[in-house]
Amino acid sequence: MTDITKTTPATRGLIPLPEAAARGLLLGGGIATAASAFLAWTWTSEFPGDLTINGYPGGLQWLTFTAGLLTTLFALALYGVRGLGWLLPARNNAPLALAALGGLGTTWFTVIAIANNLGGVVNLEPGGWIAAIASLLPVLGAFALPQEGVGKDSTKESLKAYITKPDAIPAPQPLTPWLERAVITLATILGLAVFTYGIDTEYGELFIGYLFVVVFFTWALHTAGIMDRFSRLVAHNRSFTLAMGFLAAIAFPFTQTDDHYANIGVNILIFGTVALGLNIVVGLAGLLDLGYVAFLGVGAYTAALVSGSEFSTFSGVQFPFWASALTGAAASLIFGVLIGAPTLRLRGDYLAIVTLGFGEIFRIAVNNMDGDSGPDITNGPNGIPAIPDLNFFGFNMGQAHDIGGFTLGRFANYYLLMVLIMAIVVLVYTRAADSRIGRSWIAIREDETAATAMGINGFRVKLIAFALGASLAGLAGTVSAHVTYSVVPTPYQFAGSTPPNSAFLLAAVVLGGMGTVAGPILGAALLYLLPEKLVFLQDKSLLAFGIALILLMRFRPEGIIANRRNQLEFHETGQLDVPEQTTLTDEPATVTKAGA
Amino acid sequence: MTIMTTPVLEARDVTMRFGGLTAVRSVDFTVNAGEIVGLIGPNGAGKTTFFNCLTGLYIPTEGTVSYKGTVLPPKPHLVTQAGIARTFQNIRLFANMTVLENVLVGRHTRTKEGLWSALLRGPGFKKAEKASEERAMELLEFIGLAAKRDHLARNLPYGEQRKLEIARALASDPGLLLLDEPTAGMNPQETRATEELVFAIRDMGVAVLVIEHDMRFIFNLCDRVAVLVQGEKLVEGTSEVVQADERVIAAYLGEPFEGDPGAAEAAEVAAAEAGAEAQSTTSTKGEAQ
Ligand SMILES: Nc1ncnc2c1ncn2[C@@H]1O[C@H](COP(=O)(O)OP(=O)(O)OP(=O)(O)O)[C@@H](O)[C@H]1O
Ligand SMILES: [Mg+2]
Repeated sequence: MTDITKTTPATRGLIPLPEAAARGLLLGGGIATAASAFLAWTWTSEFPGDLTINGYPGGLQWLTFTAGLLTTLFALALYGVRGLGWLLPARNNAPLALAALGGLGTTWFTVIAIANNLGGVVNLEPGGWIAAIASLLPVLGAFALPQEGVGKDSTKESLKAYITKPDAIPAPQPLTPWLERAVITLATILGLAVFTYGIDTEYGELFIGYLFVVVFFTWALHTAGIMDRFSRLVAHNRSFTLAMGFLAAIAFPFTQTDDHYANIGVNILIFGTVALGLNIVVGLAGLLDLGYVAFLGVGAYTAALVSGSEFSTFSGVQFPFWASALTGAAASLIFGVLIGAPTLRLRGDYLAIVTLGFGEIFRIAVNNMDGDSGPDITNGPNGIPAIPDLNFFGFNMGQAHDIGGFTLGRFANYYLLMVLIMAIVVLVYTRAADSRIGRSWIAIREDETAATAMGINGFRVKLIAFALGASLAGLAGTVSAHVTYSVVPTPYQFAGSTPPNSAFLLAAVVLGGMGTVAGPILGAALLYLLPEKLVFLQDKSLLAFGIALILLMRFRPEGIIANRRNQLEFHETGQLDVPEQTTLTDEPATVTKAGA
Repeated sequence: MTIMTTPVLEARDVTMRFGGLTAVRSVDFTVNAGEIVGLIGPNGAGKTTFFNCLTGLYIPTEGTVSYKGTVLPPKPHLVTQAGIARTFQNIRLFANMTVLENVLVGRHTRTKEGLWSALLRGPGFKKAEKASEERAMELLEFIGLAAKRDHLARNLPYGEQRKLEIARALASDPGLLLLDEPTAGMNPQETRATEELVFAIRDMGVAVLVIEHDMRFIFNLCDRVAVLVQGEKLVEGTSEVVQADERVIAAYLGEPFEGDPGAAEAAEVAAAEAGAEAQSTTSTKGEAQ
């Protein structure tokens, strides 16, 4: 045992400071950052959020405060404070460095935004300067912590070592089942709170600051190994987590006072549901479909035509919702089979191009079916307006209702309906994926030749995937027609600056994580919120997306939420997939060997 | 030996042309029930192409393939459905699926549960899934990979990947198993184990047709061996017959012309090699015992 301690080489930090000083900087800096949020950062309330008041933080200052607080917690965990050990199971530097960087990012972004918006650094009060300096301290501290490899490797490698997740993270102590559930419940509540805060951000700067904090702290938790532990908990309690997720989704409109945010919520759900449908086609069966939004369009148009709108060709017809939902899904299914049957014999790139073409055909056809250039069905570019609100047994979705002291507006009603639809889609997705047909989709994606040689009728199962995906999108489309009052051809295009369009749908799936349930929904939420919140980017938002997507694909090709398969596919980690039991028994064994 | 044998596979006059190249030329071929048949030949002789014609991956330019008397349509999934399963020369596992999932995919043709039953999850679905899993586990026990059921296929060592491919093929309950170079890249012990495995498969009542370059493996294993050279079946017979045939040796050494002064020398080298090989065979056998 003794010679082991001797042989460990003395590690040092990137910034030459004694370890005690580094820790002190982290803790002190974290506290100072949090405290600096209570100062006035600027003299005028022209900058949104009012950062002028001493003693009470506003807007972006709350984010700096949160970041400072979380950095402090991590620093305390590093000191070994009892009860915080779970924050740093591997006692590695990465979570500290990333937390500190998160604080630095939000604070400096705010300070720079103040100077930029108001026209110069003169607009900064001393408090702003103090915050900027205070948020720098933990970063200095973090990079002064001793880190293996510093001094031996190049600076770039050393910097990288500070923010990467270690290979081995000690296995957690098993929790009792009810404790596991308590952790999941807490995480769900926290998730809902964080998500709600993001949707409710009132101005673009706040949203960017929010992204800084969320991204860096999620990343910090990931490198600390907490995310892995959590996904293990989730794997143990799958149905419980799903139920909690839906409870949280249902709870969302009750946390909102402004129906505008419920509108954002319902649009995210529609977008997410369609992305989840696309995930069957792309993520499971591996068919690149570039015209998927057309199926949403088919559903929406079908619902609009049978909605009883006076502008519909069949204005006399008014289906009840369940019937129009089924009609919409069925119409999409038929459209899916019609498109799929001739194209699914193609592979790879050819399929992508052909689906792209068919997607455009839908939009152009709808644009022309106005009675002049084609049959009079869809009113051409004018679309079908004045779609009446849904009515369930006298419950008019278009009106605000008071439920248990909460007021649910029009969009909140539709939001809850969409939660139900999404629940159906999630159920369909998970059940289909974990079955004979789901396995054959994955087999086709992995190796089509081998799959057919194993007796899978490739064309047939691909067509089923295509048709199922299409009908789920159609189902979402029927609600979307009612939410937006009218249907027009423009949103159903390949690419545009606002979702949904085929490119965004695909991006949501890839960005969120192919082949997972939560991934496409998270991706859809992000991709919907970004253009919604960052209106000042305007037409540059597409460029920003492109850059963000390239960066993500460079550094995390498996998407934000990694499917176990994909994670192994993209990173040659070798041993990572060794099933849980083996890792648990293996690790102590090697430790005892080394100790002996 | 012509009495009491029922043919499982009958290929008649199979020809496969790629443009100007004739990879397989009018091959007639039969595999009988309970047989292990070897298919050998130099590189590029058309062995894999012939396999692809048998399994419907290629549509033969001419000729027919029948299984137990019925002519097979050239569609891979229908061929597997009928009862012919295969492995591939370059392993084609579903790399990102687990070991168990790979074998479950092999069960595809012997199960029926479609999308509706997957969505509704009735008792029939659960029963079928359980039965599939049990059968798959049986096969994994059989090839000795049961302990690795949850590993991703891509992370298995090479030899185990080959075995898993065999288990996946067996999962379709075939009457005939086609193995394309099952021991390529294996060490001698693994090759020995594969030999035992093939015998065990035959004892399960599955006829086996195997392509292999390892002559010792082929001659130990096979009841009958066919030699394919430049797309044509040159010789067919028992190991002894094929081993003794000079045309085979010549074909492997590059077919010298009549009266080639090097021919005698080459034959000598080949004979010496064969002798050395026979010797080492006996020695490994001795070690094994
Ligand atoms: N799809 C194809 N298109 C064109 N030529 C092909 C195709 N498949 C095989 N060939 C050709 O057919 C010939 C026979 O190839 P095949 O792979 O069947 O040989 P093999 O006997 O399996 O050889 P090896 O022992 O190296 O595996 C080769 O000349 C090859 O190039
Ligand atoms: Mg070959």
